[in-house]
Amino acid sequence: MTKILIIAEHDGSSMNPSTAKCVTCASGIDGATIDVLVLAADAGAVAAEAAKLNGVSRVVTIERDENAQPVAAILAPQIVAAAADYTHVFGPSTTFGKDVMPRVAALLGVNQVSDIMAVNGSHTFHRPIYAGSAVVTVQAPAGAKLVATVRTASYQSAANDGSAAIEALTVDAEIPTHTRFVGVEVSESDRPDLQTAAKVVSGGRALASEENFDLVYALADKIGAAVGATRAAVDAGYIASETQVGQTGKIIAPELYIAVGISGAIQHLTGIKDAGTIVAINKDEEAPIFEVADIGLVGDLFTVLPELTENL
Amino acid sequence: MEKILVGLKRVVDYNVRVRVKSDGSGVETAGVKMSINPFDEIALEEALQIKERGDASEVIVLSIGTSESQQQLRTGLAMGADRAILVTTDDELDPLTRARIFLEVINREQPGLVVLGKQAIDEDNSQTGQMLAAIWGRPQATFASEVKLDGDTATVTREVDAGLETIEIDLPAVVTADLRLNEPRYVKLPDIMKAKKKPLEELPLSDLAIEGAPAISSTAYEPPAVREKGIMVEDVPALIGALKDKGLA
Ligand SMILES: Cc1cc2nc3c(=O)[nH]c(=O)nc-3n(C[C@H](O)[C@H](O)[C@H](O)COP(=O)(O)OP(=O)(O)OC[C@H]3O[C@@H](n4cnc5c(N)ncnc54)[C@H](O)[C@@H]3O)c2cc1C
Ligand SMILES: Nc1ncnc2c1ncn2[C@@H]1O[C@H](COP(=O)(O)O)[C@@H](O)[C@H]1O
Repeated sequence: MTKILIIAEHDGSSMNPSTAKCVTCASGIDGATIDVLVLAADAGAVAAEAAKLNGVSRVVTIERDENAQPVAAILAPQIVAAAADYTHVFGPSTTFGKDVMPRVAALLGVNQVSDIMAVNGSHTFHRPIYAGSAVVTVQAPAGAKLVATVRTASYQSAANDGSAAIEALTVDAEIPTHTRFVGVEVSESDRPDLQTAAKVVSGGRALASEENFDLVYALADKIGAAVGATRAAVDAGYIASETQVGQTGKIIAPELYIAVGISGAIQHLTGIKDAGTIVAINKDEEAPIFEVADIGLVGDLFTVLPELTENL
Repeated sequence: MEKILVGLKRVVDYNVRVRVKSDGSGVETAGVKMSINPFDEIALEEALQIKERGDASEVIVLSIGTSESQQQLRTGLAMGADRAILVTTDDELDPLTRARIFLEVINREQPGLVVLGKQAIDEDNSQTGQMLAAIWGRPQATFASEVKLDGDTATVTREVDAGLETIEIDLPAVVTADLRLNEPRYVKLPDIMKAKKKPLEELPLSDLAIEGAPAISSTAYEPPAVREKGIMVEDVPALIGALKDKGLA
């Protein structure tokens, strides 16, 4: 019997879409019962959202003041305690899941399957390695608890017409005090969220300055897109780090991805390979980005972008 | 603090275009350039800067792998590490077993800080640092972009999806390095010569009495799905036309 516990990602008031994607992934395992665990100071709103997810049987909440912020060392022992009756524990492959899930796995004495991109069976999965240059089939031991993260870009969100029961749980777990949350600096933006946006416009090193990124913002705002960037653009200080797309940034799957002045390094491409349509604008016709682009335009971004923004 | 321990993994260089072997038994690694995992170079740079500021007295680099990993450890010594430990094994180990090896070395060396990369770019697991912190019962500060030490605590800025998060941790602890933590220094020729004289201790894994974890086996490898060949357009009106054809404009 497969019983899967999914660790909800949330900001205290609303659920992150990554959770609904984990549910879809888990639903791909035949005959699985799926529960969602919400660890929070006040779980009410998030639990109510999770209860609506199609395919979820039960939402379990653990409410403690210490859970107001997602500190891995604090959450992990509680997750371990809550996981006792489950065969599988899943979390998203976001920075939240990547931080906490291996800590859970180690406390359980097992390895983790990172970045599930396809389900082949209850213990058999596909995952990417070498920045997506290869896909490996992995087989986890059947006798042990299975801890995994789900590559969210590989899955659609579960629908919202369910109505699972919500149950409060208290667990006996030792909560460490050696790790203290100080704060988080979130860049305020009215633009769509990069990880869930249907359209994304990304800029690379070729933008050459923070001011020039206004050209990218103008196009994004015209078409209601989120804004992304390459590592080179972030490292150069043109744009904030959370906009980085790729192997070490965000892995996204928008319907439309417009890459502007981006060469197409493998580390960047691995972040966009699930995009519906990739548009590349680059002045170098040999740029590797054109190998993956559905629509390519060789040209100077400083003339192309304004023209595109004006006429779309 | 006295010591900082840094993990250096030998991996296929990030510039190599990795290919799956035609029989699907793995990826082609014969004859390709091998390097220190880029995140581990950043981890080492951080440790060296901490030492240079006078907040640590020794930087130890640890690698787990075949004797070929000596090359990467020598590079680490040339960057400025004081000594190297190579736990030798011909087996491909899983992250939890590797974390247990790190813990064994920690028990011997008693470092005040352990700095690893946030992920190894071969298997892209991103597990070892978190697992080590868990079994050691110590704090973890993953995806670090800034580390400030203050006596027995450290304040670490972390690159998270929402932006930049700050946590305070008690030492000893595990920090995993993200790309923007620092820029690793280049190794100079005289340093390579000097590094040859620095101590590199080899410990066969079989001498360490490490309990192996239940491994996840890799049963088949395949190349990723290729995207269908796209079209090239001449100008902006043609681009807008192509987007309209797809219902995207
Ligand atoms: C461990 C590791 C992890 C990494 N992770 C990531 C990651 O997550 N995400 C990521 O993006 N990168 C990552 N990188 C970096 C990656 O290897 C590339 O260096 C980076 O993606 C290049 O960014 P770029 O395309 O903006 O810059 P460049 O490669 O410099 O490309 C700039 C492009 O702009 C074009 N151009 C120049 N001027 C114009 C103009 N006026 N008009 C139109 N086109 C123009 C050029 O022809 C060129 O193709 C990683 C690297 C390492 C080693
Ligand atoms: N074989 C190894 N030798 C030394 N360090 C390692 C080894 N494997 C993993 N590490 C460290 O753990 C980090 C994360 O690796 P991983 O969990 O495999 O993504 C790496 O960046 C290294 O710092």
